[in-house]
Amino acid sequence: MPEPRRTVESRRRRMKWSHVYSFSCLRHPADRESSSHMGSEGFSRVVIINKPNEQRPKYPSNWVSTTKYNLITFFPKALFEQFRRVANIYFLFAAAISLTPLSPFSAASLIAPLVFVIGVSMAKEGVEDWNRFLQDKEVNNRRVLVLEEDGGFSYTEWKKLRVGDIVKIEKNSFFPADLLLLSSSFEDGICYVETMNLDGETNLKLKRALECSMDLDEDDKVRLFQGVIRCEDPNPQLYSFIGNLEVSDGDINALSPQQILLRDSKLRNTDYIYGAVIFTGHDTKVMQNATQPPSKRSNIEKRMDLIIYFLFSVLFLISAIGSIAFGIITSRRTPRWWYLRPDDANAYYDPSAPAIAGLLHLITALLLYGYLIPISLYVSIEIVKVAQAMFINQDNHMYYEETDTPAHARTSNLNEELGQVDTILSDKTGTLTCNQMEFVKCSIAGIPYGKGVTEVEVAAAQRQGHDTTSHEVTNNSANKEIMETVVLGKNPIKGFNFQDDRLENGKWVNENNFVDVQLFFRILAICHTAIPEEDESGNFSYEAESPDEAAFVVAARELGFVFNKRSQSSVWVKDLDLTPRECTNKEYKILQLLEFSSARKRMSVVIKNEEGNIFLFCKGADSVIFERLGKEGRRYEEATKRHLAHYADAGLRTLAIAYRRLDESEYVAWDAEFTRAKLHVGADRDAKLDEASELIEKDLILLGATAVEDKLQNGVPECIDKLAHAGIKIWVLTGDKLETAINIGFACSLLRQDMIQLIISLDNDEVKKAEASGNKDLIQKVSLENTKQQLTVCKKVLEDEEDNDAAFALVIDGKALNYALGELEDELMGIAMKCASVICCRVSPKQKAVVTKLVKKKTGAITLGIGDGANDVGMIQEAHVGVGISGVEGMQATMASDFSIAQFRYLERLLLVHGSWCYKRIARMICYFFYKNIHFGFTLFYFEAHAAFSGQAAYNDWYMSLFNVFFTSLPVIALGVLDQDISFRMKLQFPHLYQQGIKNLHFGWSQILGWMANGVASSLVVFFFTISILKRQAFRNGGQVAGLEVLGATLYSCVIWTVNCQLVLVTKYFTWIQHACIWGSILLWYLFLIIYGYIPPTISTTAYRVFIEACAPSPSYWLTILLASGAALLPSFAYISFQSTFFPIDDQIIQEFSHLQKDKDQPWLEKVMQNKTFRVTIGITARLRHLGRSKKPRRAQPNPYAAPAHKSNVNLSP
Amino acid sequence: MELLLERTQRGQKVSSAFTQQELPACKPLLTPKWVITIFMLIGVVFIPIGVAALFASRNVVEIIDEYQTVCVPGRYTTNGEREQFIQDVNQDKHCNRTLTVSKLMKGPVYVYYQLDNFYQNHRRYVKSRSDKQLLDGNATDTSACKPEQYLSGDLAIVPCGLIAWSLFNDTYNISADGQQVTINKKGISWKSDREHKFGNVRPQYFPNNLPRDLNGSLIGGASLDPNTTLNEDEDLIVWMRTAALPTFRKLYGKIEQDLAAGSTLSITINNVYNTYSFGGKKKLVLSTTSWLGGKNDFLGVAYITVGSLCVFLALLFFLVHWRYPRRLGDTKYLSWNQHASAN
Repeated sequence: MPEPRRTVESRRRRMKWSHVYSFSCLRHPADRESSSHMGSEGFSRVVIINKPNEQRPKYPSNWVSTTKYNLITFFPKALFEQFRRVANIYFLFAAAISLTPLSPFSAASLIAPLVFVIGVSMAKEGVEDWNRFLQDKEVNNRRVLVLEEDGGFSYTEWKKLRVGDIVKIEKNSFFPADLLLLSSSFEDGICYVETMNLDGETNLKLKRALECSMDLDEDDKVRLFQGVIRCEDPNPQLYSFIGNLEVSDGDINALSPQQILLRDSKLRNTDYIYGAVIFTGHDTKVMQNATQPPSKRSNIEKRMDLIIYFLFSVLFLISAIGSIAFGIITSRRTPRWWYLRPDDANAYYDPSAPAIAGLLHLITALLLYGYLIPISLYVSIEIVKVAQAMFINQDNHMYYEETDTPAHARTSNLNEELGQVDTILSDKTGTLTCNQMEFVKCSIAGIPYGKGVTEVEVAAAQRQGHDTTSHEVTNNSANKEIMETVVLGKNPIKGFNFQDDRLENGKWVNENNFVDVQLFFRILAICHTAIPEEDESGNFSYEAESPDEAAFVVAARELGFVFNKRSQSSVWVKDLDLTPRECTNKEYKILQLLEFSSARKRMSVVIKNEEGNIFLFCKGADSVIFERLGKEGRRYEEATKRHLAHYADAGLRTLAIAYRRLDESEYVAWDAEFTRAKLHVGADRDAKLDEASELIEKDLILLGATAVEDKLQNGVPECIDKLAHAGIKIWVLTGDKLETAINIGFACSLLRQDMIQLIISLDNDEVKKAEASGNKDLIQKVSLENTKQQLTVCKKVLEDEEDNDAAFALVIDGKALNYALGELEDELMGIAMKCASVICCRVSPKQKAVVTKLVKKKTGAITLGIGDGANDVGMIQEAHVGVGISGVEGMQATMASDFSIAQFRYLERLLLVHGSWCYKRIARMICYFFYKNIHFGFTLFYFEAHAAFSGQAAYNDWYMSLFNVFFTSLPVIALGVLDQDISFRMKLQFPHLYQQGIKNLHFGWSQILGWMANGVASSLVVFFFTISILKRQAFRNGGQVAGLEVLGATLYSCVIWTVNCQLVLVTKYFTWIQHACIWGSILLWYLFLIIYGYIPPTISTTAYRVFIEACAPSPSYWLTILLASGAALLPSFAYISFQSTFFPIDDQIIQEFSHLQKDKDQPWLEKVMQNKTFRVTIGITARLRHLGRSKKPRRAQPNPYAAPAHKSNVNLSP
Repeated sequence: MELLLERTQRGQKVSSAFTQQELPACKPLLTPKWVITIFMLIGVVFIPIGVAALFASRNVVEIIDEYQTVCVPGRYTTNGEREQFIQDVNQDKHCNRTLTVSKLMKGPVYVYYQLDNFYQNHRRYVKSRSDKQLLDGNATDTSACKPEQYLSGDLAIVPCGLIAWSLFNDTYNISADGQQVTINKKGISWKSDREHKFGNVRPQYFPNNLPRDLNGSLIGGASLDPNTTLNEDEDLIVWMRTAALPTFRKLYGKIEQDLAAGSTLSITINNVYNTYSFGGKKKLVLSTTSWLGGKNDFLGVAYITVGSLCVFLALLFFLVHWRYPRRLGDTKYLSWNQHASAN
């Protein structure tokens, strides 16, 4: 155990910060109201600290299990899972029947493949679960220091931990359960926690112990500690905790999330802490949070189910035909077939009761023709999809080195859905942009600073038509390189891209308003929750909760205001003192901290400087700050507002900075109020805190504003261009302001100047007037009316447009969306579907999900939701395919997603390459599966017709049962895993090929029915050729005739050859694996036939030596195979060759193209690419093309940006 | 593309061609040249095979004599009456037929009987046997043999089942130009059957079918000689290999000598097997074999047809291609380019 490094002196010097610090606990008894919660429903937990044996209600142990099954439940549960598929139920039913004499074949031959198929699926489940079990075991057996009854700490396994135990956690280890922080190695009871496993955030969080327990920082003291925690019941809210702690002397202290250390988070930068266990095992918040994302099924799979139902009806139909025929034959003809002993027949063949015989036969027939339903389809598809997912995970082109993140297919169910995406609904921040904030500009006291040009501004400049054509026409990659070097050269500091000679290098002191400048940057250096870290060379880096905040602190540092230390109650900032003109390190006591929340949109600190003056520093959204300005605080309002509008126009994120000076008396009065609100325990605590905050966050003095650039991710514009070429529509759903969203739209080339922008926003006078009245009904009515009118105008604009080439863009504001999503959704979608791009701004997470649902419902097309933050979870789960960006903003989006990628640009490869491949592979595979089973099943039916429909199969039982599992499964799996119609290079070169997936060209009903027809036709050819050849005459020169066993073996050989060679015709890409699988399967059949033929005849029956003795030496056998399989393949071969030569579709042309040009050089290819005339309406290409044409001005369309922002919808408002 | 390659090189992860889906592969492309070549190739291979097969089939000499009607006295005109005749044990059922050999039949000449409308492939019939009993004579479970399982209650029938019970029992006696022709009954069955499927088992309690039912309803096939073990009874072995289709031939014996062209065969048929109840025909077939077996033109004709069809397709393809040529891989045919030009 490491000895605490602190000295006795330091301990003595300890100040009782808790009296002043905002989130400490005061020695006030908790008020009655909050205590009354305890013991009521939802707040029943009582934890007696240090006496785990005395816990009255028995709480679960700390053993966790994430497995789906255990040893006992595995078998029944996993088995049950398997039989949730219709086809498997059918096969189970068939297996049960096979035990009765109704079965046309032996029970074993029917049960064996079922057992095999189910076994493989269950084994997969089992292995996955076993891995989970091993993981759990490792976790459960981790060791932790626990206070024993004898008063000493000793190592115990995690699983043995009980509620009420006191544990000691050392630096860099994980918390074994949800703990109450009692004390830490720091004198003021704080500790730092990394919550990466919980929410993926890498920044450190500060936790603080209660004052009443923070003294317990040695083993001896902790031993004697006694207390009772009363708190809420287990729940999944990670960021809330309601409870109180009653210590031995009867005081009750309120607890907040600040004192709670959650399981699976990690202790950092702190030597050790003591904690009391509150929740164990599955009661912990992280375990309560563990939910499976909703399981989605791909459209192809749904259609496959339809085909299976269709096949079931075919099965039923031909069984019924067979049964009726059998009934008729049995009653009319068999009485005269003495060799069947009709006089002594059982119910199955009784001529006197043909109806019963027919019905019983129906069951037999359903089993016999069951081969129409491929038993191995599901398991094969599962294997294929797992392999495809593996390819996605391993793709180097989607591996992001910087964060060591590969792409990850979290579910393999949706691979093929990636190939059919019609609409992408994308988040902006962290998805299109990299959520890396760079401080670029600021406005201080009405003077704008910062000369850096943002990428968005470049885009905006181009949009305005300055400086464009010459710069733009150069090819993109070169352009990008230049950009990169420029960026690297000028900006080595992460988060800082500020250039202004007036402020840099301490020159700000020469400014006229230097006092304001100083205060401005001091506020940036003080008003935050970041934590500084000093490296060896004395430089500071910061851990902040949001990248904006980090950018501010970094900016302050770079300009000479170095935030260098934080304790629980103070921050230290080293800056230039104006009077002695030297650097001093000043301490600012943090009296209160009013946290940021999305509702408040602001954050404030109340500080006391070394001179003893008390200030409130506040930063927040401009609208919020402007509302709260005092009379004297509005001096710079006009100028700042102007600058803010300009910044927003440049796509920058803005915050306003304000402050206020407080009197001691005013502060003390408010502090009492605020503290009471904080001590309040209960659901309305937040509301009370907000109320208290409002009391002090008023009469502010505006100082200025900051502008931070939200950087576009690498390659986003290029990727969007490719996706546009692929014909994918892109919708951006963002919480940002209208102006910011539009600017990012321009930067991504989703918007162009020559597009006609349809802006629907409720930010107009009419609505404002209604809002001012405060009458909710009126607001509702006016807003709805307004939205409706705007939609009507939009519709008219769309209809009136005469130019076919005109592109439209719809930009809709969250407020308007709220009204448009109700009864007006038809009109909205009508407009949206005609627009090249759609941007929804200021949308809430819920609206994102609702919009996704609407797109799904109205277009019927496949949607893909992509996002990175918790606010995108709804959208990701609602969309057909959810993609999470595993980035900086946390893991929630990734956890909810179906695929996760590290960068937006990988979407291009994920969709155009993997999606398109997987779609085609799965489509081919399913079609082929049905083909081969129809082919096989129908030969059985034809034979039946020649065997009086008696239910006799043409083949030996085991031939049939191994058909799906052995002789025809591997090649189709190889096809599903490996086939490539077109190489990924060509796929990326010709993104428009992706349209084939969207239009479902390869799994349309015509395709499916075509394949089925092919199956029927080839089965006819194979069967009738075979029986015509092996008729009644001798089939070899020894005079022997072909009996049932020879006919069966020959017919079956033909089937095997045909279906495997059919695959050769379909496969476009032969690696040695495909060759091995296809030819190996045929070989396997012969090997089987030989080996099976040597098994004693009582088992092998009709297969006994049939190949070696009868078939192989006979030329007829081989000639039959050649003829029957050749003729059976001829129709499809002729179709393929005529179709591909005379009516080729795009992928075939590209195949030829790449086949012929593989040796050709790059310039030739590029020339071809330039010739392509596919019309895209968004993306760089579209912009370039339109730039070329835009010499002549487009029809006069008022540019909203010429007008002030609030009038941007002037063209639409009535 | 360059960017991609570059990234690959930078990628530190060792990756195989397999995981990156870049295994060397053959990507066959159906160019017109290939299509024509393949069609022609099929034609070139199939037509000669067809010609050879047709030749083989044509060289086979086959004599077929349908006797189920002529071997019953003319006064029995309906199948019902003929059935009664067949079932009447007191009637002499021998019948003489005279056939002429039209072409030299080189030995061995195979003698077959051909039955028609006889569903040996009926499920009830096919299953009605006990392989185990055939091999070792005693089997505990012969339930599949029902109703030919036990004789008068508890005597286990060996061989049991409908197949054995309905054994064909017409016999033929052939003489050519007055000379008795030996019909060799040895080696007409598959060797594996004799050695491994049928054991050294003597028939027991084999139902003597012929006079079994004097009411005349069910008169079946042959009765077995209790002294001939099953593996020696090749007629039974041949019969027990059930036929695939309702019209079938089974080998009756071999004539190990040539039958000269023009010679007269007089055949005495003991016409006892009842096919009259179900209206089946009975034929006696004498046939030589070629390398392909017996006489069946289908194989040859089919090969020639399919081969010719392929040649025709090749020509058709060539003509269409010549009339409407398309440059391979020409991007102007891409759908989006087509749309563009349409606009």
